[in-house]
This record gives sequence, C-alpha cells and structure tokens, in this order.
Amino acid sequence: MTILKAVIRSVLAGVVAGALGASAAQANSGDTLAAVKARGEVLCGVHPARHGFAAPDSQGKWSGFEVDFCHAVAAAIFGDASKVRFVALSSQQRFPAIQSGEVDVLARNVTATLSRDTALGLNFSPPIFYTGTGFLVRKDDGITKVEDLDGAAICMAPGSTTERNVAQIFAARGMKYTPVVIENNKQLVDAYVTGRCDALTKDKAALPGVRAVDTENPADHVLLPGIYSKEPLAMAVRQGDDQWYDLIKWVVYATFNAEEMGVGQANVDEMKASTDPDVQTLLGVIGDNGTKLGVGNTWAYDIVKQVGNYKDIYMRHFGPDSPVALDRDQNVLWTEGGLLYGLPMQ
Amino acid sequence: MTTASSQTRLVTAAYDPLARMSAADWLKRNLFSSVWQTLLTLVTAAVLLRFFWFVLDWGVINAVWVTSDPDVCRAATGACWAVIVEKHRPMLFGLYPYDEHWRLVLMMVIYLVTVVVSLMPRNWNLRFLVPLWLVAAVSIGVLMFGGVLGLRYVPTSEWGGLPLTMLLFTGTVLFGMPVAVLLALGRRAPLPVARGVSVVFIEALRGVPLITILFVAVNVFPLFLPAGVQVDKLLRITIGIAIFFACYQAEVIRGGLQAIPRGQYEAAASLSLTYWQTTSRIILPQALRICLPAITNHIIAAMKNTSFVIIIGLFDILTATTAVMQDPLWRKFYVEAYLFVAAVYLFFGYALSLYARKVEKWIASGRI
Repeated sequence: MTILKAVIRSVLAGVVAGALGASAAQANSGDTLAAVKARGEVLCGVHPARHGFAAPDSQGKWSGFEVDFCHAVAAAIFGDASKVRFVALSSQQRFPAIQSGEVDVLARNVTATLSRDTALGLNFSPPIFYTGTGFLVRKDDGITKVEDLDGAAICMAPGSTTERNVAQIFAARGMKYTPVVIENNKQLVDAYVTGRCDALTKDKAALPGVRAVDTENPADHVLLPGIYSKEPLAMAVRQGDDQWYDLIKWVVYATFNAEEMGVGQANVDEMKASTDPDVQTLLGVIGDNGTKLGVGNTWAYDIVKQVGNYKDIYMRHFGPDSPVALDRDQNVLWTEGGLLYGLPMQ
Repeated sequence: MTTASSQTRLVTAAYDPLARMSAADWLKRNLFSSVWQTLLTLVTAAVLLRFFWFVLDWGVINAVWVTSDPDVCRAATGACWAVIVEKHRPMLFGLYPYDEHWRLVLMMVIYLVTVVVSLMPRNWNLRFLVPLWLVAAVSIGVLMFGGVLGLRYVPTSEWGGLPLTMLLFTGTVLFGMPVAVLLALGRRAPLPVARGVSVVFIEALRGVPLITILFVAVNVFPLFLPAGVQVDKLLRITIGIAIFFACYQAEVIRGGLQAIPRGQYEAAASLSLTYWQTTSRIILPQALRICLPAITNHIIAAMKNTSFVIIIGLFDILTATTAVMQDPLWRKFYVEAYLFVAAVYLFFGYALSLYARKVEKWIASGRI
C-alpha cells in the first residue's frame, strides 16, 4: 500500500509539473490581450473579503482599492470600466489561478517578492500599495515604539509573512516576545481586544480598521509609528506575455502620472484642453501611446475619467470619510516624499 | 438475540412502575434521591436557568430588531438582529446582480416545490418525475443564466448564496447517488475488472480530504485541458464534491448489500433472473431499505459539506455571509449573522431528517 501510494504520488507530481510547464509556455506575447478583447471582459482575481481592498458591498457589487485597479485595466482596454469579471480567490488559490489562465490579472493583496517573480512564473506591476507589519497597542501601557515591546505577548495570524517579520524584527533588536498565534481573524482581534496580548500585529493597512471597529473605545489604542517590514502589494500577470505585462504596468503608471500632473476624475475633461504636452500625451490628445500598448489612444483618459487617478482611488476607499481611514504614508508621490514614481510617458 | 429482545418487551409491557407515580414521587425518585443527586440537580438547574436567561436577555429583551443605523446596535446590550434585516440580500444571494434577485426567489420556489412533490410516495412514478425534473431544470437554468426571454445573462461566477448551496447539494446527490450504487455493486461484482476499478476509485478518493479534491477540481484540472478549453468552475466543483460523496455513500450501500442473505441471490438465480434483474428487483430495494438511516446521515452531511467551497472562493451562503460581514460598520455583529446561517442549515437539515424518519415508518408499515 505504501509503495502504491508512493508511486501514485510521484506519477501525480510528474503530471502536475508537466502540465504546469505546458501552461507556462502557453503565455505568448499578445495572447492575453487578444483573448481579453475577444472575450469582451477582463478576468480579474481579487480577495474574496477584505474591506477596503476588495469585498462585495451590500448590493453584492465588488468594491475596493484593488477592485478599482481591475476597473482601470478594463477602462484602458475597452473604454468601459465595467467590463471586468471578478473571480474571488483564496490565498492558496491565487497563484494557480493566474498560472492556469483562470484569471488574466491578479490584484489580490500579492506582495511582490523574488521567488514569486521567478519560481511562480509571475511578473509584477509597479507596487500599487506599500504597506508592512504594524503594531496596535493600548495607550495605557505607555508603549510608543517597537523597542518598548520587549517581553510582550503579541497576537498574530499563523503562516503569514507577518509572523516571519515579527520574528526578524525582534531578533534584530535582541528582544524576546511571546507569540499568541490564532488562525481565525475574528478570534485574533478579539484576543487582543480582551487583553490576551499586549499588541496585535497585522498588515499595517488592516490595523486602523480594527481600531475603529473592533475596539470598545478607539481612542484607547494607538498604532506604533513606522513600518517594520516591506510589503509592496502589486498586480501580477503570467510571465511570457510582454505586451500584456506592459499594459498592466502602464495602467498603474498612468494613475501615478495623472495625480502628479493634477489630472483627476473631477477635472479630466477641462485638462484635455491643457497646453502642457505631458498632459496632452497622457490624455491621448497628441501622440500614439495607446496604439503602442495595443489599446485605444484615449486609454489613460478613460482610466482617469471612469476610475480616477491614484489619489481618487485611494481616497475613495481609505480617505478620511471611510470607516477604515488610512494615512497615505509611503503611498504618496515621490514629489511629496513618497514612493509613487510614474515613469515618463513619452 | 431474538429471545432476549422479545423477553424485554414482555417485561416492559407487564410492569411499568412509572405509570402510577405521582409528580412528587417522580421528582424524588429521579432528581432528589440522595444528597449527591440533589446537589447535581440544583447545579444543573442553575446552569440551565442562567443559560436560558442569557439567551432571553441577549436575544430578545435587549435585542435590536430593525434599524439601518449600526450605532443603535452598538448602543444596545443585546443581539443586533437588524444586521440580518439589513444584509439578508447579499447573505442569501451573494454576488448575483442585485436587481435580478427576484429570479433567485422564483428559482428557489420552483426548486422547493419540485423537491417536495418528488418526495411524496404517491408521485413516485418515472413518467411523472422525469418530465417534472426536466421542466424544473430548464426553468431554473433559464432563470439562473438568463440570456433569453429578455433576461440579463448572469455567468456562474456571479451565482451565490442559498441558491448556490442548493444547486451544489442537489448536484451532489443527483450525480453522486447513481455513482455510489454503481461503485457499491462494482465492488461486489463477479467481474474482477469491475471490482478492481471500484476498489481503487473508492480507496483513492476516500483517502484524501474533500479540500484536496476541491483544489484539484479548481486548480489542477484546468492545467490538463488544452489551451482555450474551459470547463465551468461550478460544474467542476459539483462533480468533485459528487464523486467524493459517492465514494463514501458506496461503502454505506455496500454494507446494505452485505446484509442481504445468500438465500435471496439463490432464490433469484433459481428463477433464472439475470444479474441486472436480480440486482434491480431483489437486492437493491432491500439493501437500500436496510441502510436508509446511514444514507440519510450521509446526505445531510453532504449538505453541510457544500460550505467547504469557502476555501475556493465560491460564494455559497457561508462565504457570502463572511464577505458581507467584512463591512466595518456591521462587522461587530457577526455572531448574529452566523446564527442566521446556522438556522438556515438547521432548517434544511432537520427537514431532511424528519422526512427520513417518515420514510423509515413507511418502510416499517410496508407502504413502500
């Protein structure tokens, strides 16, 4: 029986590896865009339920920051931001889904890393959201920086990059901590709220929501300033289709550059009359950027008009009025000291 | 064995000490017979009272029933049933386009009527049931997919909620039961090939978790298909769950087959009935009757197993609720939302067991 199992396992492994190899070879330059155009919609892999990034609203409509980037891709290709079909993917499913071609693009809280870029056969867009490990603590405890957490009990989810990051952060400072590892998100948050641990660590983007919603009195809790690890979230596509990769990349840059040029959803029509050649190029008044990318020449205009520039998108989901209000931190333009740097669109 | 059980029955019928007992006697005898018993009774009563008081206090007295303002719920000390009123549509119907929800309501009505009608013994007649199910399947298909009769087309990726749970469950049982019967027969078949295939199939699939099968159906299977060929994800998943269900159910049915005395086979053979005649007229009807409780058990488990699709991002009622409860304004009241989902599962699960009990009675009285 054991021998039989071993044989079955090795045969299966070989078949899967072979199939993976075959499908990786399927992505040839131009294939994806042609398939998307023929289908009439972009298949976009998103998180099934992460408010702010991607979650169905009360009407069952997808809404969120990453959802809007999917809309931006559709706007660029079809001039119609609604031509997206969202595929909800669990974290185990997301990479097989993009590898097998079940989705055209992944905008699902994916941290861009070297091994994912190479071993998983992906290509990453410029990061659309910079985040990292953050800590939420009680104000009364007088903790103001991560160094004050020596010996603390820290609540965290298992198997996450956060777990590894915390270990590194503490090891680098020669400090000790007691991990309280809880799988279920709700129980994890409750464990912190009820005082089982001194600090809750999570992706920094998730902590303001926890503070605002799950704590009895949000004012009693503070987020430690600073980000203690690198978690650049990016869109991902399959390796091998350079044209498709270029398009995704420039959709992201277009949202950065539009913000930098002061072109937003509110004023994009007026800006069309601008005499600035950069703005004219962006909006397709002059030049043929769209043709070079294989889409219509007003692609960037359509993105800004229908979805918005980076700031529009950010403020829609994380702005001060949103229940999960989030400071932009590093997610501001390079001209304001942030990390968003759109390459020139000449 | 037989003598022992008939003796027991005789004794109970002749002498029933409880029949003439007064309430006080009963209490003394059962609850307060010794100091230790009295103590236990009092502690249990205290715990139960406290629990029921909590349920009443939290769930009824201090509960908020209707409000569209989450702050009203936050201010209350009791349950926030308003969250269900507020969010019932995305919970029940998932990602299906909001304006088209009436189609799902209609679909569920058709579905439930069809199922209830099919479960009544007086309708057990293929000439009636087959057309009924065809009509039901076509109208449900038209309603769910649309694209004809002026209905908007809705791809399966947008299906969700309770209708999806129902479809997954029905697909599982409808595909799975015939496969289960064939596998069970195959495992006991005179042909070594059929036996071998059945054993390997059952053992291989029974030995892996359902989650693995779902992952294979969703992630691995598409890799084997030639480029451009797509098999609908929902179909793949339904078949995956159905096959898993069939492997377990086959073993249950095999148990029933083994309980049939040899004499039945020999009697059929002496009448020169063929294998299929023997199986379909003599053996299976008896075997299925014997293992009905176990079959029901497994069907109820299959209904709840559909919730496993949460890990592959299909928006059944449980995934939809989880997603809806991400809304930061209402997130606090997830317990109430999950209680609602539990009630939905309980309703269908309990209806199934009630029906199965009825069927057992019918069998005992020789009605079927």
